[in-house]
Parts: sequence; C-alpha cells; structure tokens
Amino acid sequence: MAFDKNEPSKLRWGELEEDDDLDFLLPPKEVIGPDENGIKKVIEYRFNDEGNKVKITTTTRVRKLAKARLSKRALERRNWDKFGDAVREDVGSRLTMVSTEEILLERPRAPGTKPEEAKASGDGLAQLSKGGAVLMVCRTCGKKGDHWTSKCPYKDLAAPVESFVDKPAAAETSAAAPGAGKGAYVPPSMRAGAERTTGSDMRRRNDENSVRVTNLSEDTREADLHELFRPFGAVTRVYVAMDQKTGTSRGFGFVNFVNREDAQRAINKLNGYGYDNLILRVEWATPRTN
Amino acid sequence: MRPILMKGHERPLTFLKYNRDGDLLFSCAKDHTPTVWFADNGERLGTYRGHNGAVWSCDVSRDSMRLITGSADQTVKLWNVQTGAQLYTFNFGSPARSVDFSVGDKLAVITTDPFMELTSAIHVKRIARDPTEQTEESELVIKGPQGRINRAVWGPLNRTIISAGEDAIIRIWDSETGKLLREADKESGHKKTITSLTKSADGSHFLTGSLDKSAKLWDTRTLTLIKTYVTERPVNAVAMSPLLDHVVLGGGQDASAVTTTDHRAGKFEAKFFDKILQEEIGGVKGHFGPINALAFNPDGKSFSSGGEDGYVRLHHFDPDYFNIKI
Repeated sequence: MAFDKNEPSKLRWGELEEDDDLDFLLPPKEVIGPDENGIKKVIEYRFNDEGNKVKITTTTRVRKLAKARLSKRALERRNWDKFGDAVREDVGSRLTMVSTEEILLERPRAPGTKPEEAKASGDGLAQLSKGGAVLMVCRTCGKKGDHWTSKCPYKDLAAPVESFVDKPAAAETSAAAPGAGKGAYVPPSMRAGAERTTGSDMRRRNDENSVRVTNLSEDTREADLHELFRPFGAVTRVYVAMDQKTGTSRGFGFVNFVNREDAQRAINKLNGYGYDNLILRVEWATPRTN
Repeated sequence: MRPILMKGHERPLTFLKYNRDGDLLFSCAKDHTPTVWFADNGERLGTYRGHNGAVWSCDVSRDSMRLITGSADQTVKLWNVQTGAQLYTFNFGSPARSVDFSVGDKLAVITTDPFMELTSAIHVKRIARDPTEQTEESELVIKGPQGRINRAVWGPLNRTIISAGEDAIIRIWDSETGKLLREADKESGHKKTITSLTKSADGSHFLTGSLDKSAKLWDTRTLTLIKTYVTERPVNAVAMSPLLDHVVLGGGQDASAVTTTDHRAGKFEAKFFDKILQEEIGGVKGHFGPINALAFNPDGKSFSSGGEDGYVRLHHFDPDYFNIKI
C-alpha cells in the first residue's frame, strides 16, 4: 500500500494486460480554440504501429449550426403546468406510447421506377395485361390484377363458395353420380354440382414455369429472391419455405415466371451461382414431361 | 419511423390542429374534451372540460393564447390555452361544425348545421381582445348552401370566406357583405360531400377532400381547379406539407362497414401524393379505423393523424423522407 502511494505514476508492466494501451505515458490531449474564425486545433499524441510516439494535429472549423428553431414562447410553454385531466394523470395510465412497430412510408413501387406499364411496353406481362388476359384474377371478388384469391380482402363479404355448402339438392342428385348407391358415401368433391376441377386447376396454375431454388442461406427472404430473379423477367410468385416451428428458412424456395423462356434463362444463369457464400442450385420445379 | 400513439380520447377523433410554432397539438374528438399535447414527445399538457357534446373542430390564435372550439352541444367556446379555463360561450340553435380564426384573430367564422327548422349557416363573430367584453352578436350571418357546411375558412386578407360541405360545391363569399362571389364549377368539382378543406401555408391555394374518393387543389382567388388526386377510398381528411410538395389524404371505408371486412379492405392508410405530379408517393399505415383528421406540423417535419379508433398517431419523419424521389 505504501509502495503504491509513493510511486503512483510508475509503470508496473507486470500488471498491465497485453492489449492495454500505454496512453497514460503520452502528453495529454490539447485543444486550442476555436478562434474568431472558428478554427479549432486538437493535438493528440499516440503510439503508431511500430511503437513510436506520434503527434497528431487535427484542424477543424467549427460552425454554429442553426439551433433547433424553438421560439422563446414555445420554450415557455414547455414549462406550463398541466391542467384539466392531465393534472391527476396516473403514472401508469400510459396515454402516450411510442409504437413498438416500425412504420415506414410504404412506396407503391420501388423508388426510381416508373409505373410498370409505362416502362415495359415490350414486357411480356404488360402485353398480356393489355391483351385483356390478366394473370391475377381474384376468384372471390372477380377483381383483376389487384390481388390473389387467397389474399382477397373481401373474402368475408363474398357468398360462401358453393362446394362448401352441403345443399340438400346436391345430396338428392348424388344418386345419379357414377358408382354411387343410395346409401354410399360420396365425397363432396365428387358429388353432382360440385366444382370438380378447382383444386387441381389451382395447383397446376401455381406450377407453371416454376423454378426450384435450393441451397439458399438461412437469411434469404422472399424479397431477396425476387430481387435476384426479377432481372430475368416478370415474376408472379416467390416463395421461401420456412420452418413452422423455428421460423427460419428451410433453405429452398420457388420462383414462378410469367414466361417459360425467362425461367429457362434464369436457370441457365443462376444454377451454380454463388449467393451468400452458398452455391445455388436452380432447376425446374417439376420434372418436365417433354 | 416509430409513431407516437396518444390515447387520450375515448371516442373517434374529429379534428387536429397545430399552433403556429408547432410545439402544441390540439385534438378534438367525439368525446367532450378537446386535448392539448406537446407536439414533440406527445405528452398530454391538458384538457378543456366544459363541452357537452362531440367537438367537431377547433382553432388556435396566432399567439397560442386562445382556443376556439365548436361542438355538437350547440355552443362554441373560447378557452385560455394555458389554463384550460372557459372564457366565453357562444350559443347557437344548432350544432357548430367548423371554427376558424381570421388573420389577426379579431374575427372567427363559425358554421352551424341544419337542425330542426333551422338551415345551415355561416356566422362571423368579432372576438374581443378582453374576454369580459365579448358579445354574442354576429357580425354577419350567411345562409344559402343546402346541407351541412363542413368547413369554412378565411380567404386572403380576411376579405373572403371559403365554404364547402354536403352539397359538394365550394363557394367563396364576401366577408363584409355576405355576397356570394364565386362558386366552383360543377363539371370539375366534387361529386359527393366535401369532408375537409385545408389552406396552403401561404394561403394561395387550398385542398379539399371528398367522399367521392378524390381530393382537389384549388386556387384561392380564382377558384380554378389546379390538381386532382384520385384514391380508392372516401377521403375524410386532407393535409398539405408546408415544406415539400406533398399532400396527404386520409380516409377509409365507412366506419359502419369496418367490422365486416378484412383490415386490408379498409385502406386506413394516410396516402402521400406528389402535389404537382399527382402521383402517389406512399402510404403510412397504423390506424384501426378510418382516418378522420390530419395535420402537418408547421415545420413540415412531422404530421399527426387521428382515427376513428380514438388514437392520435404522431409521426416524425425519417431523414430519408426528405429525399424521396419519384
């Protein structure tokens, strides 16, 4: 203890940790100014890589920024006493909260792009939509090009789909359905009057020009895939498989193109492409019959 | 940005107003108490107790000392902003819909709804400097438009009064004689009820929002249509940025239909449009009901929205908002 007191400034290298700086050996930082021109000098000393002492002089000009413009009156008002109901406000009432959610100004389209139709008159998608055949048709509300059936905001308003309703009429006619005795069970989809093809139709539509992407990194999201595949042509769907339990990516996904050629080009180009230090495997989602 | 949520009202919001310095935000709602908040952090400063009905609109004097509120309890009240004390009460025979101080705060224009056998009217009251000398008399009463007059504001130099309402026609009146000076062209004008009207910072033009799902920009002097902003839902509230060429439209489907549809169908976003190009810039989501009120901070760096859900949401813009390119 006494030893410490006598020589407080002496370096005891044994107690120093290896990456400890020897900064206290250097002269203290010196700040000169700012002078009338706003020039401020800061002189610092430090060791360079070779362990030599260097003097660093930083000269900066200090400018007074326009302070957050708050009038004198506004500052006065800041100190006004609470009145009305605000006086007896409970501490825990939490009338004012900061949103836990980050809200962004959602752009209708990516910044810097013109509306789709105007830009890509030669684009396949634009041509298709001009020809009257809109790809995106909602089967619930019949709106074209706005949203997919599953995302229909009006689905609660729409009349229930016929096939889900157990109509007595359907049960009666089911006697005429193929291979059905009077008492035999007929699955609803096989009953007369039921729409038979909806299910498979839907599946087929989703598989058109579908490209499977495997060996994705866990961080890859649908937006990333979209960004990656968009240059090859109009993309109708991007899907990344997620683990239900953990919420992490399962490392594969699907991309649907409007045009087959675009899909083929994407496969040719991106199969074996290094993405997020993994090598992507890109192939047709379904083995082609031809 | 992370908006600040202010839950002081128990009923849907009806109106929002910043004072001139932009440090105070006044909110009116269908509950009976207008409230004042600090506009930077959303802290509640106080409430104005005394109305006995929904409060439809308010205005604050230039020196932020006087507040005027118009209410469905058929009164318009003057308040001391600092203490919340009532200074004077104007009594009308029908609900007061809109209030607006003139330049100089010596006059106020008040609109009243049609009620029982009364028709809607625009009243001009002289506001005394000393509240003890305040009188009930109207300087001028203008009658004529059919249906509610949802908004009436002062034109340049207090020479005119601009009114708009349920009959979807914008009118400019002489504020001295009460004579009708101009009427908006029916062809280019709104097709349904005009719900809101807001002047630009310099008063040279104004913006109207209507249930016909559009907002229109008009020249204040000539009443010519300058721009139209088309959206896909009824517009309940409009605001104009004093800093950038942006306009904000708020609205959504009718409150009675909200519970029957998915929240995405309601489109309860505040939609930003480029004032000149009339193109949509983006949307700010968050409310659980239609937006009834919008106001821009006079510095243009934040805006607030009030919804049918009873919340005021105060948004301070991220720095990148100011560099948005179309």
